[in-house]
Amino acid sequence: MGLVTFLILSAFTIITAISVVFAKNAMYSVLSLIACFFTIAGHYLMLNAEFLAIVHIIVYAGAIMVLFLFVVMLLNLNTDNEIQKSLKLKFAGVISGGLIYLILLASTQSALPSIYELPERTSIGSVQEIGMKLFNEYMLPFQISSILFLSAMVGALLLAKK
Amino acid sequence: MDQTIAVSQNWYISLSALLFGIGVMGVLIRRNAIVILMCIELMLNSVNLLLVSFSAYSGNNDGQVFVFFIMVVAAAEVAVGLALIMSIYRNLASTDINMLNKLKW
Repeated sequence: MGLVTFLILSAFTIITAISVVFAKNAMYSVLSLIACFFTIAGHYLMLNAEFLAIVHIIVYAGAIMVLFLFVVMLLNLNTDNEIQKSLKLKFAGVISGGLIYLILLASTQSALPSIYELPERTSIGSVQEIGMKLFNEYMLPFQISSILFLSAMVGALLLAKK
Repeated sequence: MDQTIAVSQNWYISLSALLFGIGVMGVLIRRNAIVILMCIELMLNSVNLLLVSFSAYSGNNDGQVFVFFIMVVAAAEVAVGLALIMSIYRNLASTDINMLNKLKW
């Protein structure tokens, strides 16, 4: 897949990610985050990871973001008098985020060989391959994660209960 | 497949680093706890993207299994985090993190 597709998708990813941070209304943040997750699923498709792309859309856009939307609607946040941080603190936050970006970029770009080509279209991301790996090598972590889910469910119920 | 203008992996690394930086920026400049939780999700997704790109470029799908587990943990984390925000809102009638300064020194 060409560079052009990647650049267009990346532009959408970055614009939606920035609008998550800078949107005034929390509802608009949630909606931009959903758009951002769809573009990230597009990146997964470009990297031949079909299973993860579908799981990403189902889990994030379908479950997690619906939960976020529910809570934002339930809490009745009045956005008019939401106190903003002072301009100095905002400026400091933007500078810190940019510095973290620069540090990550500099360290990874100097640590890695400069260019890799994507291997010819392979099936390592298919449902069959991932399923074989998940149910053979990673059987125990897979089952433990179900216990994690159960405990998270109990914990959420306990916390949200009056 | 168009090999002449193929995407090198450095592009994916740069994109992931940028997404992570945007997430950190959001955590630092916002005061609404829900938006901060969303920015944490953004950071988790930048790491997921990086893992998938490494997995795809090295031709080994262990990274994609890790991404699957990260998604599982993220779902559990969001459920507990939103329940916490709900109970905070019930006590303070706000999700402003500056109201939660009891443990502040």
